Amino acid sequence: MREEIIVSGRNNPLIDPLLHVWHWEIPVYLFLGGLAAGLMFFAALYTIRNRENNYKVAVQIAPMFASIALILGLGALFLDLHHKLYFWRLYTTIRLASPMSWGAWILMIVTPISFIWSALHIKSIFPNWDWKFEVIEELLEFFTKYKKVLAWIMLISSAILGIYTGILLSAFNARPLWNTSIMGPLFLASGLSAGTAMVIWISKNHDERKRFAQLDLMIIGIELFLIIHMFMGFLASTQVQIDAANLFLGGEYTASFWIFVVILGMIVPAILEGLELKGYKIPIVIPAILVLFGSVMLRIIISYAGQASRWLY
Amino acid sequence: MAIDTKKCVGCSDCVVACQTENNVPIGYCRDWVVEVMDGTYPQLEIELRSERCNHCENSPCVRCCPTGASHYADGGIVLVTKNECIGCSACIASCPYDARYVHPDGYVDKCTFCLHRVKKGMQPACVAVCPTKCMYFGDLNDPRSDVSKILKKRKHKTLIPEAGTKPQLYFLI
Repeated sequence: MREEIIVSGRNNPLIDPLLHVWHWEIPVYLFLGGLAAGLMFFAALYTIRNRENNYKVAVQIAPMFASIALILGLGALFLDLHHKLYFWRLYTTIRLASPMSWGAWILMIVTPISFIWSALHIKSIFPNWDWKFEVIEELLEFFTKYKKVLAWIMLISSAILGIYTGILLSAFNARPLWNTSIMGPLFLASGLSAGTAMVIWISKNHDERKRFAQLDLMIIGIELFLIIHMFMGFLASTQVQIDAANLFLGGEYTASFWIFVVILGMIVPAILEGLELKGYKIPIVIPAILVLFGSVMLRIIISYAGQASRWLY
Repeated sequence: MAIDTKKCVGCSDCVVACQTENNVPIGYCRDWVVEVMDGTYPQLEIELRSERCNHCENSPCVRCCPTGASHYADGGIVLVTKNECIGCSACIASCPYDARYVHPDGYVDKCTFCLHRVKKGMQPACVAVCPTKCMYFGDLNDPRSDVSKILKKRKHKTLIPEAGTKPQLYFLI
Protein backbone atom coordinates (compact mmCIF):
# COMPACT_ATOMS: atom_id res chain seq x y z
CA MET A 1 0.00 0.00 0.00
CA ARG A 2 1.15 3.51 -0.75
CA GLU A 3 -0.11 6.63 0.92
CA GLU A 4 1.01 10.13 0.08
CA ILE A 5 -0.06 12.99 2.33
CA ILE A 6 0.98 16.55 3.02
CA VAL A 7 1.99 16.43 6.68
CA SER A 8 2.72 20.13 7.09
CA GLY A 9 -0.94 20.88 6.38
CA ARG A 10 -1.05 22.79 3.13
CA ASN A 11 -4.46 24.32 2.60
CA ASN A 12 -3.97 27.12 0.09
CA PRO A 13 -7.33 28.68 -0.82
CA LEU A 14 -8.51 27.72 -4.36
CA ILE A 15 -5.74 25.10 -4.62
CA ASP A 16 -6.36 22.51 -1.90
CA PRO A 17 -7.63 19.87 -1.55
CA LEU A 18 -8.39 19.95 -5.28
CA LEU A 19 -7.69 22.82 -7.66
CA HIS A 20 -10.79 25.00 -8.03
CA VAL A 21 -9.29 28.26 -9.20
CA TRP A 22 -11.63 28.69 -12.19
CA HIS A 23 -15.32 28.90 -11.43
CA TRP A 24 -18.33 29.69 -13.64
CA GLU A 25 -16.70 32.69 -15.30
CA ILE A 26 -14.27 30.78 -17.52
CA PRO A 27 -16.71 28.12 -18.84
CA VAL A 28 -19.37 30.79 -19.42
CA TYR A 29 -16.86 32.89 -21.32
CA LEU A 30 -15.74 29.84 -23.31
CA PHE A 31 -19.38 29.19 -24.20
CA LEU A 32 -20.13 32.79 -25.19
CA GLY A 33 -16.89 33.00 -27.16
CA GLY A 34 -17.71 29.75 -28.94
CA LEU A 35 -21.26 30.89 -29.65
CA ALA A 36 -20.04 34.22 -31.05
CA ALA A 37 -17.48 32.34 -33.16
CA GLY A 38 -20.22 30.06 -34.52
CA LEU A 39 -22.57 32.95 -35.36
CA MET A 40 -19.86 35.01 -37.04
CA PHE A 41 -18.44 32.02 -38.91
CA PHE A 42 -21.70 31.23 -40.68
CA ALA A 43 -22.48 34.90 -41.36
CA ALA A 44 -19.08 35.24 -43.03
CA LEU A 45 -19.38 31.92 -44.86
CA TYR A 46 -22.72 32.72 -46.47
CA THR A 47 -21.62 36.24 -47.35
CA ILE A 48 -18.57 34.86 -49.13
CA ARG A 49 -20.75 32.32 -50.93
CA ASN A 50 -23.21 35.06 -52.01
CA ARG A 51 -26.15 33.54 -50.14
CA GLU A 52 -26.87 36.67 -48.16
CA ASN A 53 -30.43 36.85 -49.42
CA ASN A 54 -31.18 33.18 -48.78
CA TYR A 55 -29.97 33.24 -45.19
CA LYS A 56 -30.85 36.75 -44.04
CA VAL A 57 -31.06 36.02 -40.33
CA ALA A 58 -27.75 34.16 -40.24
CA VAL A 59 -25.91 36.89 -42.13
CA GLN A 60 -27.59 40.05 -40.88
CA ILE A 61 -29.20 39.51 -37.51
CA ALA A 62 -27.38 36.63 -35.80
CA PRO A 63 -24.02 38.49 -35.66
CA MET A 64 -25.67 41.09 -33.43
CA PHE A 65 -26.14 38.35 -30.87
CA ALA A 66 -22.44 37.60 -31.33
CA SER A 67 -21.64 41.16 -30.26
CA ILE A 68 -23.80 40.78 -27.17
CA ALA A 69 -22.23 37.39 -26.39
CA LEU A 70 -18.73 38.86 -26.73
CA ILE A 71 -19.53 41.78 -24.41
CA LEU A 72 -20.98 39.44 -21.80
CA GLY A 73 -18.07 37.01 -22.29
CA LEU A 74 -15.50 39.76 -21.83
CA GLY A 75 -17.36 40.79 -18.68
CA ALA A 76 -17.12 37.23 -17.36
CA LEU A 77 -13.39 37.14 -18.18
CA PHE A 78 -12.87 40.40 -16.33
CA LEU A 79 -14.74 39.07 -13.30
CA ASP A 80 -12.42 36.06 -13.29
CA LEU A 81 -9.29 38.17 -12.92
CA HIS A 82 -8.00 38.51 -9.36
CA HIS A 83 -5.79 41.51 -10.11
CA LYS A 84 -8.39 43.39 -12.13
CA LEU A 85 -6.81 46.83 -12.31
CA TYR A 86 -3.84 45.40 -14.17
CA PHE A 87 -5.88 43.78 -16.98
CA TRP A 88 -4.40 46.24 -19.50
CA ARG A 89 -1.10 44.40 -19.11
CA LEU A 90 -2.56 41.86 -21.55
CA TYR A 91 -2.18 44.45 -24.27
CA THR A 92 1.32 45.64 -23.54
CA THR A 93 2.86 42.44 -24.86
CA ILE A 94 2.32 39.61 -27.33
CA ARG A 95 3.29 36.21 -26.02
CA LEU A 96 3.10 33.62 -28.74
CA ALA A 97 3.52 30.67 -26.37
CA SER A 98 0.58 31.73 -24.20
CA PRO A 99 -2.91 30.73 -25.38
CA MET A 100 -4.39 33.38 -23.11
CA SER A 101 -2.36 36.07 -24.87
CA TRP A 102 -3.61 34.75 -28.22
CA GLY A 103 -7.13 34.87 -26.83
CA ALA A 104 -6.81 38.45 -25.62
CA TRP A 105 -5.52 39.61 -28.99
CA ILE A 106 -7.98 37.63 -31.07
CA LEU A 107 -10.80 39.17 -29.01
CA MET A 108 -9.29 42.54 -29.81
CA ILE A 109 -9.82 41.70 -33.50
CA VAL A 110 -13.10 39.78 -33.34
CA THR A 111 -15.03 42.16 -31.08
CA PRO A 112 -14.65 45.28 -33.28
CA ILE A 113 -15.43 43.19 -36.38
CA SER A 114 -18.64 41.96 -34.78
CA PHE A 115 -19.57 45.57 -33.95
CA ILE A 116 -18.86 46.73 -37.51
CA TRP A 117 -20.85 43.83 -38.94
CA SER A 118 -23.78 44.59 -36.63
CA ALA A 119 -23.64 48.27 -37.56
CA LEU A 120 -23.71 47.38 -41.26
CA HIS A 121 -26.97 45.50 -40.80
CA ILE A 122 -28.71 47.42 -38.07
CA LYS A 123 -31.08 48.98 -40.60
CA SER A 124 -32.47 45.53 -41.46
CA ILE A 125 -33.90 45.38 -37.92
CA PHE A 126 -34.58 49.06 -37.33
CA PRO A 127 -35.32 50.55 -40.78
CA ASN A 128 -35.49 54.07 -39.37
CA TRP A 129 -32.13 53.87 -37.65
CA ASP A 130 -30.21 57.13 -37.93
CA TRP A 131 -26.50 57.26 -37.19
CA LYS A 132 -26.68 61.02 -36.61
CA PHE A 133 -23.03 61.49 -37.63
CA GLU A 134 -21.96 61.68 -41.24
CA VAL A 135 -18.61 60.10 -40.38
CA ILE A 136 -20.19 56.86 -39.28
CA GLU A 137 -22.25 56.64 -42.46
CA GLU A 138 -19.12 57.21 -44.53
CA LEU A 139 -17.20 54.61 -42.55
CA LEU A 140 -19.97 52.08 -43.02
CA GLU A 141 -20.06 52.82 -46.73
CA PHE A 142 -16.35 52.02 -46.83
CA PHE A 143 -16.92 48.69 -45.08
CA THR A 144 -19.89 47.88 -47.34
CA LYS A 145 -17.56 48.36 -50.31
CA TYR A 146 -15.07 45.88 -48.85
CA LYS A 147 -17.63 43.57 -47.28
CA LYS A 148 -16.14 40.43 -48.83
CA VAL A 149 -12.73 41.23 -47.40
CA LEU A 150 -14.29 41.88 -44.03
CA ALA A 151 -16.15 38.55 -44.32
CA TRP A 152 -12.91 36.69 -45.01
CA ILE A 153 -11.23 38.30 -41.99
CA MET A 154 -14.30 37.45 -39.92
CA LEU A 155 -14.33 33.85 -41.15
CA ILE A 156 -10.71 33.25 -40.22
CA SER A 157 -10.71 35.17 -36.94
CA SER A 158 -13.93 33.54 -35.75
CA ALA A 159 -12.51 30.08 -36.52
CA ILE A 160 -9.40 30.98 -34.51
CA LEU A 161 -11.61 32.21 -31.66
CA GLY A 162 -13.59 28.96 -31.71
CA ILE A 163 -10.50 26.76 -31.69
CA TYR A 164 -8.80 28.93 -29.11
CA THR A 165 -11.57 28.32 -26.57
CA GLY A 166 -10.45 24.68 -26.59
CA ILE A 167 -6.72 25.27 -26.92
CA LEU A 168 -6.82 27.48 -23.85
CA LEU A 169 -7.51 24.30 -21.89
CA SER A 170 -5.55 21.78 -23.96
CA ALA A 171 -2.31 23.74 -23.50
CA PHE A 172 -2.17 22.80 -19.80
CA ASN A 173 -0.24 19.58 -19.52
CA ALA A 174 -0.61 19.77 -15.74
CA ARG A 175 -4.30 18.82 -16.12
CA PRO A 176 -4.39 15.49 -17.95
CA LEU A 177 -8.07 15.76 -18.87
CA TRP A 178 -7.54 19.02 -20.76
CA ASN A 179 -4.25 17.99 -22.25
CA THR A 180 -5.55 16.57 -25.50
CA SER A 181 -5.46 18.20 -28.90
CA ILE A 182 -9.06 17.04 -29.47
CA MET A 183 -10.15 19.89 -27.17
CA GLY A 184 -9.60 22.57 -29.86
CA PRO A 185 -11.72 20.94 -32.61
CA LEU A 186 -14.30 19.74 -30.05
CA PHE A 187 -14.87 23.24 -28.67
CA LEU A 188 -14.89 24.71 -32.17
CA ALA A 189 -17.52 22.16 -33.23
CA SER A 190 -19.53 22.84 -30.09
CA GLY A 191 -19.35 26.60 -30.75
CA LEU A 192 -20.46 26.15 -34.38
CA SER A 193 -23.30 23.91 -33.21
CA ALA A 194 -24.40 26.58 -30.71
CA GLY A 195 -24.25 29.13 -33.54
CA THR A 196 -26.49 27.04 -35.79
CA ALA A 197 -28.91 26.44 -32.91
CA MET A 198 -29.16 30.18 -32.31
CA VAL A 199 -29.94 30.80 -36.00
CA ILE A 200 -32.58 28.03 -36.00
CA TRP A 201 -34.11 29.63 -32.92
CA ILE A 202 -34.38 33.20 -34.22
CA SER A 203 -35.05 32.53 -37.90
CA LYS A 204 -38.60 32.53 -39.23
CA ASN A 205 -37.60 31.38 -42.70
CA HIS A 206 -38.30 27.70 -43.34
CA ASP A 207 -35.43 27.16 -45.82
CA GLU A 208 -32.93 28.83 -43.55
CA ARG A 209 -34.05 26.74 -40.59
CA LYS A 210 -33.82 23.62 -42.70
CA ARG A 211 -30.30 24.42 -43.88
CA PHE A 212 -29.09 25.16 -40.36
CA ALA A 213 -30.77 22.05 -38.95
CA GLN A 214 -28.86 20.02 -41.57
CA LEU A 215 -25.65 21.80 -40.62
CA ASP A 216 -26.29 21.22 -36.92
CA LEU A 217 -26.94 17.51 -37.48
CA MET A 218 -23.63 17.21 -39.27
CA ILE A 219 -21.76 19.12 -36.57
CA ILE A 220 -23.33 17.06 -33.78
CA GLY A 221 -22.14 13.95 -35.63
CA ILE A 222 -18.62 15.39 -35.68
CA GLU A 223 -18.83 16.24 -31.99
CA LEU A 224 -19.84 12.70 -31.05
CA PHE A 225 -17.01 11.37 -33.19
CA LEU A 226 -14.54 13.70 -31.43
CA ILE A 227 -15.81 12.73 -27.97
CA ILE A 228 -15.40 9.02 -28.74
CA HIS A 229 -11.92 9.70 -30.07
CA MET A 230 -11.05 11.72 -27.00
CA PHE A 231 -11.87 8.78 -24.73
CA MET A 232 -10.10 6.30 -27.00
CA GLY A 233 -7.02 8.50 -26.85
CA PHE A 234 -7.16 8.83 -23.07
CA LEU A 235 -7.66 5.12 -22.45
CA ALA A 236 -4.69 4.27 -24.66
CA SER A 237 -2.49 6.83 -22.93
CA THR A 238 -0.67 7.13 -19.60
CA GLN A 239 -2.13 6.37 -16.17
CA VAL A 240 -2.93 10.01 -15.41
CA GLN A 241 -4.98 10.27 -18.60
CA ILE A 242 -6.71 6.96 -17.93
CA ASP A 243 -7.61 8.38 -14.50
CA ALA A 244 -8.84 11.57 -16.20
CA ALA A 245 -11.08 9.58 -18.57
CA ASN A 246 -12.39 7.58 -15.62
CA LEU A 247 -13.85 10.78 -14.17
CA PHE A 248 -16.41 10.35 -16.97
CA LEU A 249 -16.44 6.57 -17.13
CA GLY A 250 -17.68 5.71 -13.65
CA GLY A 251 -16.20 8.67 -11.76
CA GLU A 252 -17.98 11.66 -10.29
CA TYR A 253 -18.71 13.44 -13.59
CA THR A 254 -20.15 10.37 -15.35
CA ALA A 255 -23.86 11.13 -14.90
CA SER A 256 -23.65 14.86 -15.54
CA PHE A 257 -21.49 14.49 -18.66
CA TRP A 258 -23.39 11.72 -20.40
CA ILE A 259 -26.88 12.95 -19.46
CA PHE A 260 -26.52 16.73 -19.87
CA VAL A 261 -23.89 16.98 -22.59
CA VAL A 262 -24.20 13.87 -24.72
CA ILE A 263 -27.84 12.79 -24.39
CA LEU A 264 -29.71 16.06 -23.76
CA GLY A 265 -27.21 18.34 -25.52
CA MET A 266 -26.47 16.26 -28.61
CA ILE A 267 -28.45 13.07 -29.17
CA VAL A 268 -31.97 14.31 -28.27
CA PRO A 269 -31.72 17.55 -30.32
CA ALA A 270 -30.21 15.59 -33.20
CA ILE A 271 -33.19 13.21 -33.17
CA LEU A 272 -35.66 16.12 -32.93
CA GLU A 273 -33.96 18.00 -35.76
CA GLY A 274 -33.91 14.82 -37.84
CA LEU A 275 -37.65 14.31 -37.27
CA GLU A 276 -38.31 17.96 -38.12
CA LEU A 277 -36.43 17.54 -41.40
CA LYS A 278 -38.50 14.45 -42.13
CA GLY A 279 -41.61 16.60 -41.87
CA TYR A 280 -42.80 16.00 -38.30
CA LYS A 281 -44.07 19.12 -36.49
CA ILE A 282 -41.72 19.85 -33.63
CA PRO A 283 -41.39 23.21 -31.88
CA ILE A 284 -37.93 24.12 -33.16
CA VAL A 285 -37.12 26.06 -30.03
CA ILE A 286 -36.72 22.78 -28.08
CA PRO A 287 -33.73 21.31 -29.98
CA ALA A 288 -32.20 24.79 -30.27
CA ILE A 289 -32.29 25.39 -26.53
CA LEU A 290 -31.07 21.86 -25.83
CA VAL A 291 -28.04 22.37 -28.09
CA LEU A 292 -27.19 25.67 -26.37
CA PHE A 293 -27.65 24.00 -22.98
CA GLY A 294 -25.40 21.09 -24.00
CA SER A 295 -22.78 23.49 -25.26
CA VAL A 296 -22.61 25.42 -22.00
CA MET A 297 -22.67 22.20 -19.93
CA LEU A 298 -19.80 20.73 -21.98
CA ARG A 299 -17.63 23.67 -20.99
CA ILE A 300 -18.69 23.76 -17.36
CA ILE A 301 -18.11 20.03 -16.89
CA ILE A 302 -14.80 19.94 -18.78
CA SER A 303 -13.55 23.00 -16.85
CA TYR A 304 -14.45 21.56 -13.46
CA ALA A 305 -13.40 17.96 -14.17
CA GLY A 306 -10.13 19.15 -15.69
CA GLN A 307 -9.22 20.91 -12.47
CA ALA A 308 -9.88 17.67 -10.62
CA SER A 309 -7.47 15.71 -12.85
CA ARG A 310 -3.82 15.83 -11.84
CA TRP A 311 -0.45 14.13 -11.70
CA LEU A 312 0.43 14.06 -8.02
CA TYR A 313 -1.01 12.98 -4.67
CA MET B 1 18.25 22.92 -4.75
CA ALA B 2 18.74 19.40 -3.45
CA ILE B 3 16.86 17.91 -0.50
CA ASP B 4 17.98 14.83 1.34
CA THR B 5 14.92 12.65 1.94
CA LYS B 6 17.00 10.45 4.29
CA LYS B 7 17.84 13.36 6.58
CA CYS B 8 14.48 15.16 6.55
CA VAL B 9 12.44 14.42 9.67
CA GLY B 10 9.31 16.27 8.54
CA CYS B 11 9.43 18.91 11.30
CA SER B 12 7.96 21.62 9.00
CA ASP B 13 10.48 24.20 10.22
CA CYS B 14 11.10 25.11 6.58
CA VAL B 15 7.42 25.91 6.16
CA VAL B 16 7.32 28.21 9.17
CA ALA B 17 10.64 29.86 8.27
CA CYS B 18 9.31 30.63 4.78
CA GLN B 19 6.07 32.05 6.09
CA THR B 20 7.95 34.31 8.51
CA GLU B 21 10.68 35.41 6.12
CA ASN B 22 8.36 36.16 3.22
CA ASN B 23 5.33 37.46 5.12
CA VAL B 24 3.22 34.73 3.58
CA PRO B 25 -0.44 35.53 4.36
CA ILE B 26 -2.07 33.43 7.07
CA GLY B 27 -3.58 30.24 5.70
CA TYR B 28 -1.16 30.05 2.76
CA CYS B 29 2.19 28.36 2.27
CA ARG B 30 4.89 28.41 -0.37
CA ASP B 31 6.49 25.16 0.79
CA TRP B 32 5.11 22.03 2.39
CA VAL B 33 6.19 18.59 3.59
CA VAL B 34 4.96 15.40 1.95
CA GLU B 35 5.11 12.03 3.65
CA VAL B 36 5.00 8.94 1.48
CA MET B 37 4.28 5.73 3.31
CA ASP B 38 4.95 2.51 1.42
CA GLY B 39 4.24 -1.11 2.36
CA THR B 40 2.29 -2.90 5.10
CA TYR B 41 3.17 -3.00 8.80
CA PRO B 42 5.79 -3.98 9.90
CA GLN B 43 7.49 -3.64 6.50
CA LEU B 44 7.03 0.09 6.19
CA GLU B 45 9.10 2.63 4.39
CA ILE B 46 8.71 6.36 4.78
CA GLU B 47 9.95 9.09 2.50
CA LEU B 48 9.77 12.69 3.65
CA ARG B 49 10.04 15.49 1.14
CA SER B 50 10.08 19.21 1.71
CA GLU B 51 8.48 20.48 -1.49
CA ARG B 52 8.08 23.88 -3.10
CA CYS B 53 8.15 25.43 -6.57
CA ASN B 54 10.48 23.33 -8.73
CA HIS B 55 11.79 26.37 -10.62
CA CYS B 56 11.44 24.26 -13.76
CA GLU B 57 13.76 24.83 -16.67
CA ASN B 58 10.82 24.37 -19.04
CA SER B 59 8.20 26.09 -16.90
CA PRO B 60 4.59 25.74 -18.08
CA CYS B 61 3.72 28.73 -15.87
CA VAL B 62 6.16 31.03 -17.67
CA ARG B 63 5.01 29.69 -21.03
CA CYS B 64 1.31 30.27 -20.44
CA CYS B 65 1.55 33.67 -18.73
CA PRO B 66 -0.20 36.15 -21.04
CA THR B 67 1.59 39.24 -19.73
CA GLY B 68 5.11 38.03 -19.04
CA ALA B 69 4.67 38.54 -15.27
CA SER B 70 5.94 34.99 -14.74
CA HIS B 71 9.51 34.95 -15.91
CA TYR B 72 12.97 33.45 -15.41
CA ALA B 73 15.26 35.61 -13.34
CA ASP B 74 19.04 35.42 -13.80
CA GLY B 75 20.15 31.98 -12.71
CA GLY B 76 16.90 30.31 -13.71
CA ILE B 77 14.75 31.16 -10.67
CA VAL B 78 11.08 31.46 -11.71
CA LEU B 79 9.51 34.67 -10.41
CA VAL B 80 6.27 36.65 -10.69
CA THR B 81 6.31 40.42 -11.16
CA LYS B 82 3.43 41.63 -8.98
CA ASN B 83 2.37 44.64 -11.00
CA GLU B 84 2.42 42.79 -14.30
CA CYS B 85 0.24 39.95 -13.00
CA ILE B 86 -3.46 40.22 -13.87
CA GLY B 87 -4.46 37.30 -11.65
CA CYS B 88 -5.89 35.20 -14.50
CA SER B 89 -4.73 32.02 -12.73
CA ALA B 90 -3.55 30.36 -15.94
CA CYS B 91 -0.16 29.68 -14.32
CA ILE B 92 -1.85 28.06 -11.33
CA ALA B 93 -3.76 25.71 -13.62
CA SER B 94 -0.58 25.00 -15.58
CA CYS B 95 1.57 23.94 -12.61
CA PRO B 96 1.60 20.17 -12.10
CA TYR B 97 3.02 20.71 -8.59
CA ASP B 98 0.31 23.14 -7.43
CA ALA B 99 3.10 25.38 -6.17
CA ARG B 100 1.35 28.70 -6.80
CA TYR B 101 -1.54 30.48 -5.18
CA VAL B 102 -3.47 33.74 -5.53
CA HIS B 103 -2.26 36.21 -2.91
CA PRO B 104 -5.15 37.94 -1.10
CA ASP B 105 -3.99 41.16 -2.81
CA GLY B 106 -4.85 39.62 -6.20
CA TYR B 107 -1.53 38.73 -7.79
CA VAL B 108 -0.12 35.22 -8.02
CA ASP B 109 2.57 34.33 -5.52
CA LYS B 110 5.04 31.50 -5.01
CA CYS B 111 8.45 30.43 -3.73
CA THR B 112 11.21 32.79 -4.89
CA PHE B 113 14.08 30.68 -3.52
CA CYS B 114 14.40 33.77 -1.23
CA LEU B 115 16.15 35.64 -4.01
CA HIS B 116 16.39 38.71 -1.75
CA ARG B 117 18.55 36.68 0.67
CA VAL B 118 20.50 34.88 -2.03
CA LYS B 119 21.51 38.22 -3.55
CA LYS B 120 23.11 39.11 -0.21
CA GLY B 121 25.02 35.83 -0.19
CA MET B 122 22.68 34.18 2.29
CA GLN B 123 20.86 30.86 2.01
CA PRO B 124 17.08 30.72 1.42
CA ALA B 125 15.20 30.79 4.74
CA CYS B 126 14.10 27.15 4.52
CA VAL B 127 17.67 25.98 3.91
CA ALA B 128 19.15 28.16 6.64
CA VAL B 129 16.71 27.02 9.30
CA CYS B 130 16.67 23.25 8.62
CA PRO B 131 17.71 21.53 11.88
CA THR B 132 18.98 18.39 10.12
CA LYS B 133 20.74 20.36 7.34
CA CYS B 134 18.92 18.27 4.76
CA MET B 135 18.85 20.98 2.07
CA TYR B 136 21.58 22.08 -0.29
CA PHE B 137 21.27 25.27 -2.28
CA GLY B 138 23.51 26.74 -4.93
CA ASP B 139 24.33 27.16 -8.58
CA LEU B 140 23.77 23.93 -10.50
CA ASN B 141 26.01 25.23 -13.29
CA ASP B 142 28.94 25.62 -10.91
CA PRO B 143 30.58 22.20 -10.37
CA ARG B 144 32.08 23.43 -7.09
CA SER B 145 28.80 24.42 -5.46
CA ASP B 146 27.44 22.33 -2.56
CA VAL B 147 24.44 21.27 -4.55
CA SER B 148 26.48 20.13 -7.57
CA LYS B 149 28.84 18.16 -5.36
CA ILE B 150 26.09 16.34 -3.48
CA LEU B 151 24.22 15.55 -6.69
CA LYS B 152 27.39 13.98 -8.08
CA LYS B 153 27.76 11.79 -5.01
CA ARG B 154 24.21 10.72 -4.29
CA LYS B 155 21.37 9.06 -6.18
CA HIS B 156 18.56 11.49 -6.76
CA LYS B 157 15.20 12.00 -8.45
CA THR B 158 12.91 14.81 -9.49
CA LEU B 159 9.14 14.94 -9.17
CA ILE B 160 7.08 13.87 -12.19
CA PRO B 161 9.82 14.45 -14.76
CA GLU B 162 7.40 12.85 -17.25
CA ALA B 163 5.40 16.08 -17.17
CA GLY B 164 8.24 17.51 -19.24
CA THR B 165 8.88 20.54 -17.06
CA LYS B 166 12.56 19.80 -16.29
CA PRO B 167 12.17 20.45 -12.55
CA GLN B 168 15.22 21.83 -10.74
CA LEU B 169 14.40 20.56 -7.26
CA TYR B 170 16.34 17.34 -6.66
CA PHE B 171 15.48 14.79 -4.00
CA LEU B 172 18.36 12.65 -2.72
CA ILE B 173 17.23 9.07 -2.21
